[in-house]
Amino acid sequence: MYQLSGVTKRYRRGKATVQALDGVDLAIEDGGRLVIQGPTGGGKSTLLQMLGGLDRPDSGSVLLDGVDLATLPESRLTRVRAEKIGFVFQGFNLVPTLTAQENVETALVPLGLRPRERRERAGEVLASVGLGERRGHLPGELSGGQQQRVAIARALVKSPAVLLADEPTGNLDESTRDEIMDLLETLWEDNGLTFVMVTHDTALARRAPRLATIRKGRVTIREQVAGRG
Amino acid sequence: MFFTYLRRELRRRRKAALVVASGLALGIALVIVVGAVSEGMSQAQARVLQSLYGLGTDMTVTKAAEPPGEGQAQGRPRFEFDAKESGDDSDQSSDMVIVQGQSLADSTVAKVADQDGVADTVGGLSARVMKVNGQFTRGEIEPGQTPPGGGRGGDGGEGGSGGDRVRGGGAAFDVNSYTLFGTDVAQQDLGPLTSSSITSGRTFKAAETDAEVAVVDSAYAKEQKLKVGGKLTVSGTAYAVIGIATADSGDAAANVYVPLKQAQTLADAKGKVTTVYVRATDSQRIDAVKAAVQKNVPDTTVTTSADLADTVSGSLSTAADLASGVGRWLSVIVLAAAFVVAGLLTSSAVSRRVREFGTLKALGWRSGRVTRQVVGEALVNGLIGGALGIALGLAGAWAVTAFGPTLTAELGRGTGGFGGGGFGGGGPARQTAGRAVDIALTAPVSLGAIGLAVGLAVAGGLVAGAFGGWRASRLRPADALRRIA
Ligand SMILES: Nc1ncnc2c1ncn2[C@@H]1O[C@H](COP(=O)(O)OP(=O)(O)OP(=O)(O)O)[C@@H](O)[C@H]1O
Ligand SMILES: [Mg+2]
Repeated sequence: MYQLSGVTKRYRRGKATVQALDGVDLAIEDGGRLVIQGPTGGGKSTLLQMLGGLDRPDSGSVLLDGVDLATLPESRLTRVRAEKIGFVFQGFNLVPTLTAQENVETALVPLGLRPRERRERAGEVLASVGLGERRGHLPGELSGGQQQRVAIARALVKSPAVLLADEPTGNLDESTRDEIMDLLETLWEDNGLTFVMVTHDTALARRAPRLATIRKGRVTIREQVAGRG
Repeated sequence: MFFTYLRRELRRRRKAALVVASGLALGIALVIVVGAVSEGMSQAQARVLQSLYGLGTDMTVTKAAEPPGEGQAQGRPRFEFDAKESGDDSDQSSDMVIVQGQSLADSTVAKVADQDGVADTVGGLSARVMKVNGQFTRGEIEPGQTPPGGGRGGDGGEGGSGGDRVRGGGAAFDVNSYTLFGTDVAQQDLGPLTSSSITSGRTFKAAETDAEVAVVDSAYAKEQKLKVGGKLTVSGTAYAVIGIATADSGDAAANVYVPLKQAQTLADAKGKVTTVYVRATDSQRIDAVKAAVQKNVPDTTVTTSADLADTVSGSLSTAADLASGVGRWLSVIVLAAAFVVAGLLTSSAVSRRVREFGTLKALGWRSGRVTRQVVGEALVNGLIGGALGIALGLAGAWAVTAFGPTLTAELGRGTGGFGGGGFGGGGPARQTAGRAVDIALTAPVSLGAIGLAVGLAVAGGLVAGAFGGWRASRLRPADALRRIA
């Protein structure tokens, strides 16, 4: 699915430059699952942005199904994001003025579906994350866990090839956290998508079959026999 | 989705939308009110001018003024009375009919008509009738104290017909003065009478070129208790009153209208006119026509409506200058400020939604779609501002009309430099020289002004949208992860 080689990303902050990614080589197979860990400021989010086509590396290549996201023209990159990639953010990132249903529909807007089909699909996916009854609610009227479910529905409604999640439980309390993790795990199993998740949760990381650790922009991979328990 | 999103944004962020809209509304309302007031001013000026000229007159031709001093002596009236024996108290009366200003040969009318760009001409004769009426008793006049006719009369004094009773030693008499206009009955679609409508009786027939008939202005008729079917005697000729005319503007060009030939006879001015009224074929070419007449018809002064408008002074013209000067600048400045503020507010609203728009881009929304959303919101804000502004502007214009001050237009004053004798040294304008006309200030809002307001609202929305849209178009999908919310 993914083939990264020599991916470098620097940020300029005033006079100093921060080496967020420093020659990252990484391969992720189709339907694979990768958990990313590391200290704060290590470059986890930056790597996820490269995978999701949200930003481009300064050098190196990010091949997604053989297409290099690093050099793809902007319009085609936008198309890749619209069709292939589902993103779940730590802060949910729902549009506050739109209802749960409409928020899910925003992911289908670039695909040019007919409104009726768009509504149906969004409704189905919302129901599958257990929020069928809450589709008319605004984000402000939902709990954190419910908001993140809406965001997950939004990421999945387009049936993406890849699901990327950046600390999806970072803003949630403990019980909700497990709920969301279980949901994500089930979805991964059921849909056969490639799943990359950044998390600080060490228990979770320990269960992951493949664990990447990023420190100062450098990645080390550990294959774990344990699998998930 | 575009409309759903738009609707939700505007409803949930009502306050922000209202702030942008009310800024624009203020600017637009100001434009409407200032426009309406200037329109009211120019309508008022047009009414004042129309009362002198009649409808459809583009310019007048009068005799070029002669050096001052001459005409003055000429016009001084002389009355002849035979004093009666003491005890005889029968009234004596005498009329003087004096041509107002200097006259032209009536062949000038045809000469002017021959000029390029002249559609129509008609000649008219303005005169003032002075009527002295009273008792004179011999032996009771103290010599040198009150010479006959010296009481008041003079050059005509104030307009209208106010007769002051003056008592001299042995004389008791009224001096009554009114204006008379000789009109070309064969051609009634041009000239001063067109700005009046007949409210009783009828107007002249084309055949009445030398008939002893008169049309009387309603105000003068009321004062003199004249009615259709009655008689009006001027210098011994009894004129049948055939119609009462009411001036559309409330200010008539003359008190009494008679056929031109009759006026010429009365004023002892056979073959003379004081003013030629001219209609041009093209109102855009008036200056060219003016130049042609002035060049080809010697010894004349041509006065266009624009020239005449320049001679209007008093609070009306001060207010008109204010409205077109300060008012226009003020509204331009306020409008520009409103545009910029709307733009900055929209731009800062986008800054507060960086993460939202970044997320949409991360979801695969094209940059153009996000920008369009922002511009759409701004445009609706602009339209709301336009609607508010129109409402506010209409209310303001209504208030000006309802509570606005009455303005005065003074005609013909302060024109010393122009041809020496006001505009043209004759014509009906002369008789109103120094007269003040009261005009209530109105502020009519035209459909065009509403259209302009809508246009400005759209423009304001687009300006605001450009600010915000530019900001939104520069956001990157990675901004979805920005920590500042
Ligand atoms: N837009 C940016 N401009 C400047 N510096 C940035 C930007 N984004 C990230 N950085 C810097 O790059 C480095 C890597 O950031 P990144 O967000 O990838 O870290 P992270 O591992 O996700 O950290 P955290 O666990 O706190 O989320 C950090 O030093 C960060 O300050
Ligand atoms: Mg991060």
